[in-house]
Amino acid sequence: MKFGVVRFPGSCDEVDALMACRRFADADLLWHGDRDLSGVDAVVVPGGFSYGDYLRVGAIARFSPLMESVIEFARDGGPVLGICNGFQVLCEAGLLPGALLPNDSLRFVCRQVDVVVENPGTPFTRACEEDDVLSIPVKHTTGRYYAPPGTLPEGQVVLRYAPGQNPNGSMGDVAGVCNEDGNVMGLMPHPEHAVDPLTGSADGGRLFESLAMVPA
Amino acid sequence: MLIRPKEGILDPQGQAVERALPALGFDGVQNVHVGRLIELDVDDASKVPQMCERLLANPLIEDYEVVELNGKDSS
Repeated sequence: MKFGVVRFPGSCDEVDALMACRRFADADLLWHGDRDLSGVDAVVVPGGFSYGDYLRVGAIARFSPLMESVIEFARDGGPVLGICNGFQVLCEAGLLPGALLPNDSLRFVCRQVDVVVENPGTPFTRACEEDDVLSIPVKHTTGRYYAPPGTLPEGQVVLRYAPGQNPNGSMGDVAGVCNEDGNVMGLMPHPEHAVDPLTGSADGGRLFESLAMVPA
Repeated sequence: MLIRPKEGILDPQGQAVERALPALGFDGVQNVHVGRLIELDVDDASKVPQMCERLLANPLIEDYEVVELNGKDSS
């Protein structure tokens, strides 16, 4: 089992994501300008400010050569996890429903939040039980999830902010969603920053652990 | 291209501006929305709506309007 972690110009969480993956399986970085996914079994699109996030968050990164291959990989059923900016990129790529808008507070938020596992039946949450609460940090300015009415079936809500902890005004407290087939997931919180009790919580590791359970 | 937040979607930037104006004595202002303006020169203007749909706007959350300024020197 091998993870591939995408590095765009402007990514900043790819090394933490790589280290998080390596706790559970092999992992290598993938360069945005390449087209070859090097035979990885799962792709992580990390946080940061890909291509400077000019125009709109994630809008330009979505057209990078590597993303064309990631989109193809996802359409063939390969597991793809987008974290924060990676979530925004996957929405812009049309792999996930909805879009991310500026926080309702218009402020950058950086804090630990509790998220509740709504759907433990995905490749990203199979190490969890329904209603498990994970303590994971958020850090973003553009994290308000919005999907037009009728475009997000309940079953595709994978994670929700615990009651009263919505940091950005996301509709229905949605923190993470998956696509219809369940093989693509995006979330605003940063599980890669919560893989060691030394930094407050190891709950984020459950997502990488889940992915590593996918047969290689 | 004039790109605006879609109607009905919370626009906190517009709201912040709407709150700031009365503080300066500009009363009677409603429905403030903040969007963006993209200017470009193009040989074939018929391609512009496609550019908006694919890159310049996100039709899920934004409306766009194309305004043609024929032959106008923007400098």
